[in-house]
Amino acid sequence: MSSFKGFVEKEFKQIYRDKRTLVVLFGMPIIMLVLFGFAIRNEVTSVEIGILDLSKDDVTRQMIQKLKSSESFEVTAYLENHDDVEGLFRKGSVKEVVVFEPNFQKKLERNAEADIQILTDATDPNLAKLVQLYTSSIIRDYVLDINDNAGNRQAGLVVQTRMMYNPELRSVNLFVPGLIAVILMLVSALMTSISITKEKEMGNMEILLVSPLKPYHIIIGKVLPYLVLSVVNVIAILLLAHFIFKVPFQGSYLLFFAESILFILTALSLGVFISASANNQQTAMMISLAGLLLPTVLLSGFIFPISSMPVPLQYISTLIPARWFLVIVRSIMLKGSDFMLIWKESLILLLMTLVLIGLSMKKFKVRLQ
Amino acid sequence: MKQVITISNINKGFGAVQALDKVSFNVGKGELFGIIGPDGAGKTTLFRILNTLLIADSGEASVLGMDPVNDYRDIRPQLGYMPGKFSLYQDLTVEENMNFFASVFGTTLKQNYELVKPIYSQLEPFKDRLAGALSGGMKQKLALSCALIHKPKLLLLDEPTTGVDAVSRKEFWGMLKRLKELGISIVVSTPYMDEADLCDRVALIQEGKILQVDTPAGIVEAFSKPLLGIKADNTYQLLGALKDYAKSDSVHPFGEYVHYTEKGSAPNLIALKTYLFDRGLKNVQIKKVKANIEDSFMELMKKKEEATDE
Amino acid sequence: MSELAIQTTELTKKFGDFTAVDRITFDVHKGEIFGFLGANGAGKTTAMKMLTGLLLPSSGRAAVSGKDVFTQAEEIKKRIGYMSQKFSLYDDLTVEENIQFYGGIYGLPDEKLQKEKNEVITSSGLEKVRNKLVRGLPLGWKQKLAFSISILHNPDIVFLDEPTGGVDPVTRRQFWEKIYEAANQGITVFVTTHYMDEAEYCDRVSIMVDGKIEALDSPEGLKESFSADKIEEVFIQLARSGKRGDA
Repeated sequence: MSSFKGFVEKEFKQIYRDKRTLVVLFGMPIIMLVLFGFAIRNEVTSVEIGILDLSKDDVTRQMIQKLKSSESFEVTAYLENHDDVEGLFRKGSVKEVVVFEPNFQKKLERNAEADIQILTDATDPNLAKLVQLYTSSIIRDYVLDINDNAGNRQAGLVVQTRMMYNPELRSVNLFVPGLIAVILMLVSALMTSISITKEKEMGNMEILLVSPLKPYHIIIGKVLPYLVLSVVNVIAILLLAHFIFKVPFQGSYLLFFAESILFILTALSLGVFISASANNQQTAMMISLAGLLLPTVLLSGFIFPISSMPVPLQYISTLIPARWFLVIVRSIMLKGSDFMLIWKESLILLLMTLVLIGLSMKKFKVRLQ
Repeated sequence: MKQVITISNINKGFGAVQALDKVSFNVGKGELFGIIGPDGAGKTTLFRILNTLLIADSGEASVLGMDPVNDYRDIRPQLGYMPGKFSLYQDLTVEENMNFFASVFGTTLKQNYELVKPIYSQLEPFKDRLAGALSGGMKQKLALSCALIHKPKLLLLDEPTTGVDAVSRKEFWGMLKRLKELGISIVVSTPYMDEADLCDRVALIQEGKILQVDTPAGIVEAFSKPLLGIKADNTYQLLGALKDYAKSDSVHPFGEYVHYTEKGSAPNLIALKTYLFDRGLKNVQIKKVKANIEDSFMELMKKKEEATDE
Repeated sequence: MSELAIQTTELTKKFGDFTAVDRITFDVHKGEIFGFLGANGAGKTTAMKMLTGLLLPSSGRAAVSGKDVFTQAEEIKKRIGYMSQKFSLYDDLTVEENIQFYGGIYGLPDEKLQKEKNEVITSSGLEKVRNKLVRGLPLGWKQKLAFSISILHNPDIVFLDEPTGGVDPVTRRQFWEKIYEAANQGITVFVTTHYMDEAEYCDRVSIMVDGKIEALDSPEGLKESFSADKIEEVFIQLARSGKRGDA
C-alpha cells in the first residue's frame, strides 16, 4: 500500500511542478466560458428595426411599446407606406420591419384575428431567423396577456408556444453544460493518456512494470490526480456560470456531482484506453484531440442539435459519452430533474465506463507488447 | 543455486525481424557478465526477456532459478533493472527520485542506505537538484542507486554507459566492481568493445546471434591469426595499399596503427615491407600486436557472414 | 604552414553567469582530421555551435573557412557540412529522396546531383536499398549515408558530432575510411567522439575541460607528454581535474 501512496504522491508533485500545463488546465475553462458566454452568443440584442403601422390604434401602440422595451430591439424608423420598406433594407439601416395591417384592433376584437407582417433582411439568415423568432415570441406573449385580461375564451385558437426552462433563450445556459463536458473530456482523457504515455516514452514504465506495483495501481495512481483536478474544474465552471452569467441551477447539487464524477470516470477510462494503444505522447494527443475532443464538440449536441443531424451521424453520436452527459446536465441544471428522469442516460455512461475499463485492463498487461 | 541465469535456444521475432536467434548462455552467481554488441544486436530484447517483460517465442530460460513466464511475480522484486532509455523523472529532484523508487519497491532510503551509500553519497550534495539538470555521468549514478534501492539479487543494466564520457564510464565500472564484491550478480550490456575487459565473462552478440561466450582473455586468445600493427606517414594511402595487396586478409584501422592479417599462416614481413615501399609509403613501421576484443569481434563477424553466405 | 580552415582567438560563450566556453584559441589546418574531445558538459557542443554559425559568441574571434562567425554566419553555412548521431536523415524518405533533398538544399545543379547521387549510393553499397525508406536500414548504413550526404556539396569543412555511437566495429572502421577519403580530397574534418581509440585516427586532438582547451597535439605528442600508452589515459588524467562534470 505504501508503494501505491508513493506513486500517487509522485503524480501530484509532477502535476504541480508542470506550471504551464496547470495554467492551461485552469485557464482554459475560464477562457472558454468567457468566450462562449460573451462573444459567441446566439441571442440578439439591440437589433435595429422599423415599424410600419397602418392602423395606429391602442393595440398596435402597445405592441410597439412592447417591442421597444425589449432589450433585443431598437426601433429606429417609423414608415408610412410599403414603398419605403425596400429602400430602408437597401440602405441596411434596419434588419426587420414589422407591419400592422389597417384596422388592426377592430379586426382583432371582431374576428380574434389580425395580421402582422414580419419582413426580415435575410442576407444574414441566422440573424433573420432569430429576429423573426424573437418578434413572434414577444407578440404572442402580448396576445396571451390581453386574452387573459379580457378573459376572452374565444381567442383560445392562438397557438401557445412558449420557451420553457430557458425563457429568454439565453445561449449561455446551453453552453455551460456543454462546456463542462468538453473540459472534463480534455482534462480527464487527454491529460491521463499523455501522462501515461510519457512514462512509456521516458522508459520509466519498464521499471514500474517490474516493480511490485500492480498494473491497476499504476492506472489508479495516474487517474486519481486528474479526477481531483476535474472536480475542481467543475466547481470553478459552476461558480463562474452562477455569479457572472447568472445561469440558473434548478436541480440537486448532489446528483449533479455524482453524475459529473460518473462522466469523469468515463473520460478517464477513455484516456487509459488510449494510452494502452499509443506508444508516445504525440500519438496519444492526436487520438485524444481528433477522436475525442472534436466529436464531443460537434456531435454531442453541444453546438448542433442531434435531431437535425443526418441519420448516420445521429447513430455515431450515441457512441459519444458527452451526448448522454449533456442530456443529464441540462436536465439537472435547467429542468431540476431528479434521478428517475435521467437513469437511462446514467446507465449508458456506466456501461461505457465498464466496457472501457475492461478493454484497457485487457490491453494494459503485466508485460510489454 | 550456482547459476542466476540459464537460457538456451531463445528465439524472439518481431514480424519479419528475428531479434534473437537461438541465444544461449549462463550467468553464475556473483558474476559480472557483459553482453557486448552494437545497436540493433538484440541486447534490449534479451534484457526484456530476462526481466520477464517479454516472452520468448521459443527456448528455455531460468532466472534466479525460476521461470520468467510463470513465476514473474516472484522474479521481479529480486531484480534491479535499468532500461536503456531510462531517464528518471526529470521534474523530480535527486532525493525525490530516490524516495519514489524506494517506496515503489516497498522500502525506504534509510533502510538500505548502506548499500547505496558509496554511490549515493556522491549525489547527496545535489539532492535538491532536479534530475533533469544533472550531467550524464551523474544521471547514471542516480539511476544505478535507484535500481539498487531494494537490495536486488540480480542487476540487469541495459547500456548504462552509452553516450557517457570516458571518465564517468570508468567510474561507473568501478562501482559495478564494488557491487559485485558485495555478492550481487550483474548483467550489463554495452556497445563499447573496450568495456568487455572489465567483465568476468562476456557474450558477443551481433544481429540476434551470439558470436561467442567466454572470458575476455579467452576470447582474445581464440583469435586465430598472427596480427600485425602497421603504421606509415599517410594512413589513407596505407589502407588502400594494404587492401590491394594480394595476400591481405583483413585490414582495419586501429588507433595510430592499422591492424592487418594475411592469408595463409605466417605473414612474410619482408615481402610486405617491400610492397609498401614500392607503393610509395614512407616511414613504414610493422610490429606484432596482441589482438583485443574488437579484433576478435570483427573476426567473428566475418566468420558468421561467411557461414551465412555459404 | 598550409592554409587555415578554422582559426579561433579567445573564443568565449557565456550563458548568464555560466561560462560554457572559456577563451579557447586554436587553429585547424586545411585537410586535417581534427579530434575535438571533452567530457560531458565540457563545452564541446557549445563550441561547435559557434563554429557552425548557429550560436553567436560572447567575445573573442573566430573564422571558419576564412569567414567571420560574427558577421558572415550565412556564408559559413554554405561552406560547411554537418552530421550528428541525433540529427541526420529523414526516416520517412527513401535513400534516394534523402540525397535529392539535401542536394536540393545546397543548390546542386540537377545534372551534377544525379551523378553524385549514383556515386554516393555505389560508394556506400546501398544499390539494393536505394528506393527503401531510411527507417529500415541498419544504424551503421544510415550513418555512412548521412556522412556521404554531409559532404555532397563538397564543403570546405565537415563537422561530425559523435558520428559513430553504437555502430558495430566493422562499420565504424568503414566510416573512418570514408573520413580519411574525404580528408584526402582536401575536406577538413572536425570530429567529436566518445570512443577514445578513434581519437588516435585524428591528425591532431584537442581535449576540453570545463570550457577550456587543456591539451592540443598529435595523438603521439599527447601520449608522450602525458607519458601514457593510450589517448584514453591522457583524457582521463585531464578530465578528472574538471569540476563541472560533477555538477
